[in-house]
Amino acid sequence: MTTKSMTNSVAGAGVRQLLLGLIFGMAFGFLLQKGGVAKYHVLMGVLLLEDFTVIKVMMTAVLVGMVGVYVMHRLGMVEFHLPHTRYGANIIGGLIFGAGFGLSGYCPGTNAAAIGQGNFDGFAVAAGLLTGSWLFAEASGKMKATVQTWGDRDKLTLPALLNLRRGTVTILLAIALIALLVVVELTASR
Amino acid sequence: MQAVGSIMGALFLPTPALALPQGLDGTSPLAYPGPAWSPYVVGALIGVLSWLTFYFSSKPIGASSAYATIAGLLGKIVAPRRVAKLPYYQEKQPQLNWSLMLLVGISIGAFLAAWTGNEITGRWLPPMWEARFGEGTLWLRLLAAFAGGALMAFGARLAGGCTSGHGISGTLQLSVGSWVAVGCFFISGIIVAMALYRI
Repeated sequence: MTTKSMTNSVAGAGVRQLLLGLIFGMAFGFLLQKGGVAKYHVLMGVLLLEDFTVIKVMMTAVLVGMVGVYVMHRLGMVEFHLPHTRYGANIIGGLIFGAGFGLSGYCPGTNAAAIGQGNFDGFAVAAGLLTGSWLFAEASGKMKATVQTWGDRDKLTLPALLNLRRGTVTILLAIALIALLVVVELTASR
Repeated sequence: MQAVGSIMGALFLPTPALALPQGLDGTSPLAYPGPAWSPYVVGALIGVLSWLTFYFSSKPIGASSAYATIAGLLGKIVAPRRVAKLPYYQEKQPQLNWSLMLLVGISIGAFLAAWTGNEITGRWLPPMWEARFGEGTLWLRLLAAFAGGALMAFGARLAGGCTSGHGISGTLQLSVGSWVAVGCFFISGIIVAMALYRI
């Protein structure tokens, strides 16, 4: 296969994939806005523990997504795309992320949705996101050699950690998520 | 600085303060409209959307890496040799990809949703911020927004994902790191939000 025909076939598959990305993104953004999570006060509301809309959206999405992806995987229809478990990086990066989330009031995905609905302060968040991404890229060599080696557990999953079957964990977690959603619905004012 | 903020505020804030429901302070999130649709319906549909992205694109939903891609693409214009030297961009070539299209789609989809639901805001300052910090604090808001964005991107790249990549896609695949990360997102997020609004 010549280089040119290879490039062409990659580009052909690429266009379909890019279009799918755009369509899925539009669906995601549409849902985020309808779910109220493009709104500053709704996102700050969950961090102030006063508005639980974000929890309801996220936990329902995880519940439905988890069961469906599990079944599809059992049927051989999809593969998993697990992120890395690196305790040091997950915790330190997670805490840095959370601080930024509280400060800006949007997260990376909901910020794009906030901009779409006309929250212009989202442009400042986006500028910050670009800057922070660049700073990380500058630090990436150092991070890889230090923080990202701390507690590296590769693609560890809850079933592997608990020594249970994936189906068992899925059912237990589904029950726990439903129970939590019921508690939130009964106790939270929103 | 205060005066500059006030002038900018006056320029960019044509919308008068919203009428608040009785008995609620403007710094309460409940004083403002909630979701247009049931959050359970929206959540379930996002769950179904994740089935589709796994099946059709072999990709989990995630938002933060697209910002790194854009930063890399801009970097390639300004300082191509610097980009080529950075380990992150050596591993992840900055180029137009599925995730970047997803991010662009999010803005378009949210615009369509807000437009059809009469929820286009067209504001620089969130009303809740205004109620807490005053009308002339646009500069402060932009500063917090920028700094928050920078922290989020650095943290997400270090942690390996954001509220979408870890918070939804990773947790639904039962990744241990994702559950740890999302717990940390909320721990420090709650502390900072409380410090801003409740202390």
